[in-house]
Amino acid sequence: MGTAAPPVDPVIPTARRRRFRVFGRNPVVGFIVRRVTAGLATLVVASFLIFAAVQVLPGDVASIVLGRNATPSRVAALQADLHLNRPLIPRYLVWLGNTATGHFGDSSAALAQGSKVSVWQIIHTPLRNSLVLAVITILIFVPLCLALGVAAALRAGRRTDHAISLTALSLGALPEFLVGTLLIVIFFTQLKLLPPISPITPGETPFTHPNALVLPVLTLLCASVAFGSRLVRASTIEVLREDYVAMARLNGYPERRVILRYALRNALAPSVQVCAQMVQYLIGGIIITESVFNYPGIGTAVVQAVSIRDTQETAVIAVILAAIYILVNIVADVVVVLLVPKLRTQV
Amino acid sequence: MRHRTFRIPAFAQTTSGATGLALAVLILAVALLGPLFAPHSIATPIGPPGQPPSAAAPLGTDFLGRDVLSRVLHGGFSVVWIGTVATTLAYAAGSAVGLIAGYTRNLIDPILMRAVDVLLAFPALLVLLLLVSGLGPHIPVLILGVVLVQLPGIARLIRTATLETSTRGYVEAAVARGESMMSVLGRDIAPNIAPVMLADFGIRFGYSIILVASMNYLGLGLAPPTADWGLMISENRSVIGLNIWSVVAPAIMLALLTIAVNLIADAYVRTSGRSFTPRGRARILRQTDG
Repeated sequence: MGTAAPPVDPVIPTARRRRFRVFGRNPVVGFIVRRVTAGLATLVVASFLIFAAVQVLPGDVASIVLGRNATPSRVAALQADLHLNRPLIPRYLVWLGNTATGHFGDSSAALAQGSKVSVWQIIHTPLRNSLVLAVITILIFVPLCLALGVAAALRAGRRTDHAISLTALSLGALPEFLVGTLLIVIFFTQLKLLPPISPITPGETPFTHPNALVLPVLTLLCASVAFGSRLVRASTIEVLREDYVAMARLNGYPERRVILRYALRNALAPSVQVCAQMVQYLIGGIIITESVFNYPGIGTAVVQAVSIRDTQETAVIAVILAAIYILVNIVADVVVVLLVPKLRTQV
Repeated sequence: MRHRTFRIPAFAQTTSGATGLALAVLILAVALLGPLFAPHSIATPIGPPGQPPSAAAPLGTDFLGRDVLSRVLHGGFSVVWIGTVATTLAYAAGSAVGLIAGYTRNLIDPILMRAVDVLLAFPALLVLLLLVSGLGPHIPVLILGVVLVQLPGIARLIRTATLETSTRGYVEAAVARGESMMSVLGRDIAPNIAPVMLADFGIRFGYSIILVASMNYLGLGLAPPTADWGLMISENRSVIGLNIWSVVAPAIMLALLTIAVNLIADAYVRTSGRSFTPRGRARILRQTDG
């Protein structure tokens, strides 16, 4: 009876304390470290799936790549070149090591024809071209989304709102190749204003033919602005119901100031997520949009690689895209945590 | 004897819901019954390529001189059946995993969540491209790809809904009665999350159609001479200047179908007032709940 119970700290759970000790005092740093670790783990699993999908499933890559030129000796030679005669796991580990250190290997389609062309040589210009397309799209996307979303939110339930929302819903429902094709019909076949394809030769940059950028960017904007503006509309409507907006109005501030300084700022935090989703959407949307306009970017490259069964190139592009996807996700989560102090205590 | 009256569902009473429903009925009728009314064969040329509309061919001829109208009437069937089969399979598998994970909350739960994370690291179209790269462009491969893309999102949604429903009194009562897990899931939980599933099914059906049509457009799906709206849009691009209808007609059909599906799903979600996650395409692009 006389023994006192050992002192316990009832407030902070032990798991929480341990986490602080491992990652230092700052919870944000701990959050970033955990998020990046999880991202890397996801990427490794994803890379294995990619490798398995393009190399293991078909059974005999060599004869498929060689196609009609397949003779037993050539198949054997290509199998040796691609290390196909070794078991899967060691092959994957070698490939993973090479890819992680920037050695993307040689194009398997070129190997099949007896030449050696490195994958990096094939994809570095398309990567740059796609980046140009994506950056231009995002630069237009952000202000357009905010303007349309706020305009719809301010007139919620009225005719402008219905018009914007219904148009957004309809445009957002269309696949990119459809939007692209219809734009070609309107601006090339009917109006003869803009070129239907991008005539960029290997030595040129996309800026040599600014005209050819218009339709691809418009196509990408259609679907993305549709869903982006709807999200901005929803978060603005929510913020407009808050007490501090009513307070600002009661203080007699001009409506312009109420919107810009009180409502919009707070509605912006979810917009970071919108931007992240936008970048992720772009990665998928760019694949098909580039094919529609024959734009020499990474999307056209991957579709071509798939159709000629260039497994090495397909895998490398897929890993790069997956890495960008995961990175954008992490950056968005971290930015949101930095922007909204409330979340820091929960991370 | 009381007469059971047919009640118009709430979503069909909104403007967008009614518009969507009318459009969907029209397009489905064309897709399913169209082949019966096609005046010409879809594979044999009836005139020179890329002819503008005439009395014999109301929508002109395509890049090989085949009748565009007949091909449009035939081309919806593959779009609808592949989309339906793929979405249904994804739903069957996804809701089984989601129900079990949400109800038992055992090992399946964390495994499911990690699997979702990995699959969400790929753009949807890339998953399909990778599979086609490995297995070749066949219809079962396309269906498998769509199932893989849709499954994690479905499982996650059903899991969230199941978690919420399984704390209700009637579920606890069923457990206390000693009913088996299958019986509880099938008779108490599933019917109560059905509205959520239905709304989600609509949106996903639209997305499945887009995915399959995109693969067909890229030439990595159905093989010619199949008549398919997605395929027709890409193969007739060379004659777009001669006969604009060879591209525009299938494009309009496909556009109306996806718009109709989205309008219905949107109206349904708004009128049923039950939604566990944000609406629209954004959710499918990147599932963020929890």
